[in-house]
Amino acid sequence: MTAFRTLTFHSPEETAIFATRLAPQLRAGDCLLLDGPVGAGKTHFARHLVQSLLTVPEDVPSPTYTLVQTYDTAAGPLWHADLYRLTASDEIEELGLIEAFDTAICIIEWPDRLGSLAPRNALCLRFGHDDNLPDTRHIELSWNHSGWADRIGAIADV
Amino acid sequence: MVRTVTVLGLESSCDDTAAAVVRQGRDGAQILSSIVHSQDDLHSAYGGVVPELAARAHAEKLDICVIQALHDAGLTLADLDAVAVTAGPGLIGGVVAGVMCAKGICAATGLPLIAVNHLAGHALTPRLTDNVDFPYLVLLVSGGHCQFLIAHGTESFTRLGGTIDDAPGEAFDKVARLLGLAQPGGPAVEAEARKGDAAHFALPRPLLDRAGCDLSFSGLKTAVLRQRDIIALDKGGLTRQDRADLCAGFQQAVTDVLAEKSRRALALYLTQDPAAPVMAVAGGVAANGTIRAALEAVCAQSKVAFVAPPLALCTDNAAMIAYTGIERFRLGARDGMDLAARPRWPLDQSSPAMLGSGKKGAKA
Repeated sequence: MTAFRTLTFHSPEETAIFATRLAPQLRAGDCLLLDGPVGAGKTHFARHLVQSLLTVPEDVPSPTYTLVQTYDTAAGPLWHADLYRLTASDEIEELGLIEAFDTAICIIEWPDRLGSLAPRNALCLRFGHDDNLPDTRHIELSWNHSGWADRIGAIADV
Repeated sequence: MVRTVTVLGLESSCDDTAAAVVRQGRDGAQILSSIVHSQDDLHSAYGGVVPELAARAHAEKLDICVIQALHDAGLTLADLDAVAVTAGPGLIGGVVAGVMCAKGICAATGLPLIAVNHLAGHALTPRLTDNVDFPYLVLLVSGGHCQFLIAHGTESFTRLGGTIDDAPGEAFDKVARLLGLAQPGGPAVEAEARKGDAAHFALPRPLLDRAGCDLSFSGLKTAVLRQRDIIALDKGGLTRQDRADLCAGFQQAVTDVLAEKSRRALALYLTQDPAAPVMAVAGGVAANGTIRAALEAVCAQSKVAFVAPPLALCTDNAAMIAYTGIERFRLGARDGMDLAARPRWPLDQSSPAMLGSGKKGAKA
């Protein structure tokens, strides 16, 4: 059964704070699927999440062109991928992403490209604009794996 | 007397696969051949370049590029002094393919192997094309990168500032995507902008209010999106003129930000009292006429020479890798068979990393 929860953030800074609160909850084998249109704040969210886990600060470039950026973090290996440019699922296997789902924390932008390859235990975050407030973002969280409920409750209910 | 050095360069760190032969003697450097296998004719349908993500695909093309580059140069492997290869930063599968190919050639021939930072290749291109002396200021501005560097030497760069989020080339591509224009977005947005009024829609100038040379382009892209949606809601759609005006406004915003930050970077650079001051621009975004003209004007105001290499040497190519290889070769640099590909490899490892929202991290 799929569980849902929607969170609202009124500025890029609030979204960033949520990312840094979610980060310490993650461990190898966890996957975040970041859905939503261009400009919704997916990379902004991912950048802050990754930076909060780095032991040595470094740039977190957009993975739009390189497809994947990998990092060594305090919580183990982390893959930040942008699948927008992919067109076939065999390209996902070529990237080594399937193996990384088991061995790393994976943050995936444009996860619709995964199709049936999307991990069943993933946490989906659907980023949406607000029609009236330009800096506000609604993030709809959804998951099938029971492990997410406690972790999200721990950071969202403060 | 300066010894003549001939180097084969390999580049496969993103979508393009490239090989080139560059020779440098007493009369300067000469590109004997430069082969680029690009994906340019394939991409339009996908809203981006079709990624050549498989290491295997790069590997197959590298062989062909090397053979063609040697053929065009009229040389054989025996005529070379070294093999230079991009060892990062970039798409890891591609970089690994290039490094493996270079190692194979070196193992078979006994030629020295020289690792090159892809960004150093771009940053040193003004020396290949225009014999520019150190220290010079370089603005590296492309799809994946945007930074101001002072080039002090072949391996010595100071980063004055850079983007804290996306690079301008990515913003051009994504704005094109938002407005239903073809990819690559740079030329498409520029063509539309010629028909538009840059003052019609008010768009932000990110980070201009903040001191320093850091830049931000992600919010500008989102501002274009927002403006598009406001127009669409108002009129039920976008007219061609609206689209042209949005493109013109966006391009002008990018131009204003790059020009103002260049002014600041120049001021910092000029405190070093260079004998013959030069600002160079490198990277694909240098092809944009409006941006280029604005940077030229800023340099003219500061009485600094402006250098922009020809477009074929601004976008990804292997001639810049071969040339950087020559400079490293002359400095005695040699890399071993244990050379590893590096997905990220900052040119200036002492300046702090760029964090989003304009914050800076502790000195590493």
